Amino acid sequence: MKQAEIVVIGGGPAGLCAAMSAAKSGAGVLIIDRNKSLGGQLVKQTHMFFGSEKQYASTRGIDIPEILLKELAKYKDKVEIKTNSTAVGFYEDGVITVLEKEDKYYKVEPKAVVVATGAYEKFLSFPNNDLPGIYGAGAVQTLMNVHGVKPGNRVLMVGAGNIGLIVSYQLMQAGVKVAAILDAAPKIGGYLVHASKIRRMGVPILTSHTVKEAIGKDFLEKAVVCKVDEKFNPIPGTEITFDVDVMCISVGLTPLNELLAMRGCRMKYVPQLSGLVPVRDENYETTVENIFVAGDASGVEEASAAMVEGYLAGLCAAAKIGYKPDDFYERRKDYMNQLNNLRSGPAARHILAGLDQIRR
Amino acid sequence: MRIKEHPILKFNKEKKIKFIFNGQELEGYEGDTIAAALHAQGVKVLGKSLFLHRPRGFYCAIGNCSSCLMTVNGVANVKTCVTDLEEGMVVETQEGKGVIV
Ligand SMILES: Cc1cc2nc3c(=O)[nH]c(=O)nc-3n(C[C@H](O)[C@H](O)[C@H](O)COP(=O)(O)OP(=O)(O)OC[C@H]3O[C@@H](n4cnc5c(N)ncnc54)[C@H](O)[C@@H]3O)c2cc1C
Ligand code: FES
Repeated sequence: MKQAEIVVIGGGPAGLCAAMSAAKSGAGVLIIDRNKSLGGQLVKQTHMFFGSEKQYASTRGIDIPEILLKELAKYKDKVEIKTNSTAVGFYEDGVITVLEKEDKYYKVEPKAVVVATGAYEKFLSFPNNDLPGIYGAGAVQTLMNVHGVKPGNRVLMVGAGNIGLIVSYQLMQAGVKVAAILDAAPKIGGYLVHASKIRRMGVPILTSHTVKEAIGKDFLEKAVVCKVDEKFNPIPGTEITFDVDVMCISVGLTPLNELLAMRGCRMKYVPQLSGLVPVRDENYETTVENIFVAGDASGVEEASAAMVEGYLAGLCAAAKIGYKPDDFYERRKDYMNQLNNLRSGPAARHILAGLDQIRR
Repeated sequence: MRIKEHPILKFNKEKKIKFIFNGQELEGYEGDTIAAALHAQGVKVLGKSLFLHRPRGFYCAIGNCSSCLMTVNGVANVKTCVTDLEEGMVVETQEGKGVIV
């Protein structure tokens, strides 16, 4: 059994900030991430981030992990990092089980935990949706921006939210043709700046459209789409067929937090936060003592909020196990204010409505 | 299907790696995952589904969905989207559950 003061599960923006914050207070931290490098979703975001100055707006997503890791290196005698390591279980007695690569399995018993496991992509149901060539938007991004491999030649993008729009743009940067972008909603969900840029490049954005079926033998060869009415029912006779070898599904993310449910934290379904989320207090402590949550795992939002939530959860987790710095209340207030500022715009109204439902 | 030119990114693909896919020798680069190397060579079908034997490719590419399971060096159910390619690796499409030795 490995001992640790604080274990942070997930080394994306939320986890890295949580680790930094806890280590700054003097706690020993173990970061566990199943990926081979840290940074979570950021490692494939080639666009400049929106958000506020303090959370690196106008910096490219791919450059943020490096900034965070440099900062984290200041506390290197306090922080241990385990990559290629998946937390596979979190038990009632507080033990976390970890699988390192394919062959090493061990247990860790921490005093406090911050779960920052992020989110995963939702799927869409239509006939033949399991054909190879139909990929999540995040997968397409990983393939292109991390590995330098094109997903195919012609792509149909399903979903006109920010992710769908940004990934479409990135596909064109990689030299891949985007046949069209569709969205079942009557309006484009993402920012208009992104949408206009893409339209100017000649890609049609079809609102009130959905996928009727995918066609192909061993992999995707064609996609049939159709119009939907205001109740999202398909309208017969409006079918359009696209010759595409890739369909990119970008219909949103949902929090990845089964470990918390397994540990016995009270969970609640909150549509505004995109799925099942843990009930927690204002310090991001769940209903199980000393178990904290931060980032997309606590509700899908964005990297800027994930980072601040991480700082807050890390600070409070360290304080709970005896590392309460003199400026604890100032730091806590500062993080809470930053979160309020990030959530002050009209785009964040649904987040606030969601947060109201899970406050402990 | 490698990206040759990119306005922002540079891909340091220098060291070539040889591996065997279903008995055939293929090439990838150091730093590739198995699934990325196969995709770059145009291989999209990584396995067959358990009951209906439908073709399976990757879906999430971050180790979440198990859509990319293959038999690697004789070991079944390897998530090829997050497993690095290594010199001489023997990679096979997996049919059915696979056998745990
Ligand atoms: C296309 C796109 C564009 C975006 N643009 C912006 C933007 O402009 N501005 C902005 O603020 N946000 C943006 N975001 C959102 C932002 O990327 C996410 O909100 C942010 O990455 C969430 O951080 P996180 O740390 O909570 O989770 P993640 O970044 O998802 O990190 C989670 C980490 O946990 C690890 N993990 C998961 N499960 C386990 C386990 N069981 N054991 C061990 N490790 C595990 C994963 O490997 C991963 O490293 C964008 C997202 C996408 C997809
Ligand atoms: S593609 Fe999802 S686990 Fe590999």
